Amino acid sequence: MTEILVLVEHVDGDVKKVTLELLTLARSLGEPAAVWAGPGYSEVAKGRLAEFGAEKVYVADSADIVDYVVAPKAELLASLVASRAPAAVLIASTAEGKEIAGRLAVKTDSGVITDAVGLGEGFVADQSIFGGGVNVHSRVSKGTPIVAVRPNSTAPVPSTGAAAEEKVDVALSDAARAAKVVERVKQEKGARPELTEAAIVVSGGRGVGSGENFAIIEKLADSLGAAVGASRAATDAGWYPHAFQVGQTGKTVSPQLYIAAGISGAIQHRAGMQTSKTIVVINKDPEAPIFEIADFGIVGDLNQVVPQLTEEIAKRK
Amino acid sequence: MNIVVCVKQVPDTATERKLRSDDKTLDRDAADGVINELCEYAVEEALRLKEAHGGEVTVLTMGPDKATDTIRKALAMGADKAVHLVDPALHGSDALSTSYALAQTLKKIGFDLVILGSESTDARTGMLAAMLAERLGTPQLTLANKVEISGAGITVQRVTDYGFDKVEASLPAIVSVVEKINEPRYPSFKGIMAAKKKQVQTFGIADAEIDAAQVGVANAWSEVADFAVAPPRAAGTVVKDEGDGGVKTADYLASKKFI
Ligand SMILES: Cc1cc2nc3c(=O)[nH]c(=O)nc-3n(C[C@H](O)[C@H](O)[C@H](O)COP(=O)(O)OP(=O)(O)OC[C@H]3O[C@@H](n4cnc5c(N)ncnc54)[C@H](O)[C@@H]3O)c2cc1C
Ligand SMILES: Nc1ncnc2c1ncn2[C@@H]1O[C@H](COP(=O)(O)O)[C@@H](O)[C@H]1O
Repeated sequence: MTEILVLVEHVDGDVKKVTLELLTLARSLGEPAAVWAGPGYSEVAKGRLAEFGAEKVYVADSADIVDYVVAPKAELLASLVASRAPAAVLIASTAEGKEIAGRLAVKTDSGVITDAVGLGEGFVADQSIFGGGVNVHSRVSKGTPIVAVRPNSTAPVPSTGAAAEEKVDVALSDAARAAKVVERVKQEKGARPELTEAAIVVSGGRGVGSGENFAIIEKLADSLGAAVGASRAATDAGWYPHAFQVGQTGKTVSPQLYIAAGISGAIQHRAGMQTSKTIVVINKDPEAPIFEIADFGIVGDLNQVVPQLTEEIAKRK
Repeated sequence: MNIVVCVKQVPDTATERKLRSDDKTLDRDAADGVINELCEYAVEEALRLKEAHGGEVTVLTMGPDKATDTIRKALAMGADKAVHLVDPALHGSDALSTSYALAQTLKKIGFDLVILGSESTDARTGMLAAMLAERLGTPQLTLANKVEISGAGITVQRVTDYGFDKVEASLPAIVSVVEKINEPRYPSFKGIMAAKKKQVQTFGIADAEIDAAQVGVANAWSEVADFAVAPPRAAGTVVKDEGDGGVKTADYLASKKFI
C-alpha cells in the first residue's frame, strides 16, 4: 500500500490528539507514516504513534527544525515527498499547519486543501465554507495531495502499527533559516485540555465583565473537564490571554459541546465555533445573534446561571 | 523604506455568500465587495511603520475591476499609490496561482517589506504570506501582533498555540498581521479627497510576466468537485431564566449525555 505522510504535532514530547486523528484517517486511505519534526522523540511518543497505526516514523530531530519559522518543516516534508513519493501528506489545519502546507505545496508543485473536516476515497475533502453556509467537496488536481485537516474532525481509533523508526537528515537551506525564533513565551493554560482538541469548550465574552469574574467560566469548564475559550472582546480587554480566543482570528474549534456565556455571536466569533456539534448559550439579551445557532439557550444573567449550572453538575456526579 | 501592502476585496460577510454554479468559483457579483478586515490592519501597520521610519506605502491588489473600491479605501487611509493586477485570465485562481501572480508582480515593483493580512474572510486559507515567502526566498514573519524595525533588522511577535514567539530576520521580509496588532484608522474627509488623485497603476498578466498557464480556474491545483448549501441548523430551545436557568441547562446537558 502506498504511504501517507502525517506530520506529527507534539508538545513536550507528547503526541497531540489531532495527530492520532490524522493517523486514523490516513489508515483508511493507505499506510500511515508519521513524520516527527524537532527534538523530543521518545519511547512514549513512539508508543502513541504505534498504537494509532503508524507503520513508519521518520524522525528528524535536529533543533534547527523548530528554531526557524515554518520553512524547515516544509523542507523536511518536501524531501520526503521527493524520496518516498507518498500518496498524500496530511497536516493539522492550525494557523501554523496551514503555513507549512502552503510552503510545501509551492515546493512540490502540488495542490493543497485547507480546513478539511473529512477526507474520503481519492482524497476528496469535505469543507464547510462561508461560516458553515455551504458544504464543499474538493480535491487536488495536480501533484501530491496536501490536505490540512481540522482538529476534532474524526474520532481517533487505535490499531497497532509497527512504528519502524527511520532517521532523516535534512540539510536546511539558507532560505529556511531566514526567520529565527529567539524567544518563546508560554501563556499558562493550567491542567485544562487544549482548546482545539477539547470535547467540550466553555467560552466567556464581554458579558463576563472582568478578568476576575472569568473564574466562574473556569469553574464551569472544570466541572465538565472542558477547555476555556474567550471572545475577542474578552481577550482585547486583557481578561483572558489571546491564545484562548475563539473565532476568525483566534482558534477554530469544533467540539461536541460549546457553551457561550456573555457572547453576542458576531460573525467573526461564529466563524471559529459554528461547526460545534451542540451549542448552548447563556446571554441576557434575547436578541443576541448567537441564539440563532443555539441548540439550547437561556436568556438570563450569567452571574446567576453559570454558578448554578456548575453546582448542579457537581450534584449530579 | 518601500512597503507594499497586499489587500484583497472580499464579499461582505454580512450578506449571503455564494459559489457560482457554472465554474464553482466565488460569486463576486452576488455580494457587495469590501476590503478584507485583516487587510485594514495590514494597511494601518504599513502607515505606522512609514510614519516612524519614512518611505512609501504601495497597495497591491489582484482582483476584478470593481476591486478599485478597495484600493481607494486603502489610499484614503493614507497609502501613497497602488498597483491593481487585473486580467480575465486571473479569474478563479487558487492560492497557488494567486501567490505566483502576486510574487511576479512584487518582483516587478520591488519592496523592502510586504505586509498581508493573516487570513481572508472568503478563502480563509491563511497561506498567502507563507507562499509568498517561499516563492520570493524572503524571511517569513507571519501571524504578527507586533512589528519592530531597526535599520535592516526586523523583529516580530508571532502568535502561537501557546502564546507567542519572538522572531528575528533582516529585510526584505514578508509579514502577516493578526487583529491584535493595532486599531485601523478611519479615512478622513481629506484622505478620501486626496485618494481620488493618487496614482493607481494597472497591470495585466503580461506586464508582470505572469504565465497564463499558471493561473485561472482551468489551471488551478485544486478544484471544487461539488457543493451544496448546508441545511440550516434546526431551531433550538430558548428559555427565559426564572431563577432555575442553571438547573434547566443541566437537565438539557444530561439529556444529551454530557453529564
Ligand atoms: C478583523 C476582526 C477579527 C475578529 N476576530 C474575532 C475573533 O477571532 N473572535 C471573536 O470573538 N471576535 C472577533 N472579532 C470581534 C467581533 O466582531 C466582536 O466584536 C466580538 O466577538 C464581540 O465579543 P463579545 O460577544 O464578547 O462582546 P459583545 O458583542 O459586546 O457581546 C457581549 C454579550 O454579552 C451579553 N451580556 C452582557 N452582560 C451579561 C450578563 N451579565 N449575563 C449574560 N449575558 C450578558 C450581552 O447581551 C451581549 O450579547 C473580530 C473583529 C474583527 C474586525
Ligand atoms: N487577490 C489578492 N490580492 C492581494 N492580496 C491578497 C489577495 N488574496 C489574498 N491576499 C493577501 O493574503 C492575505 C491572506 O489571504 P488568504 O490566504 O486568502 O486567507 C490577505 O489578507 C491579503 O493580504
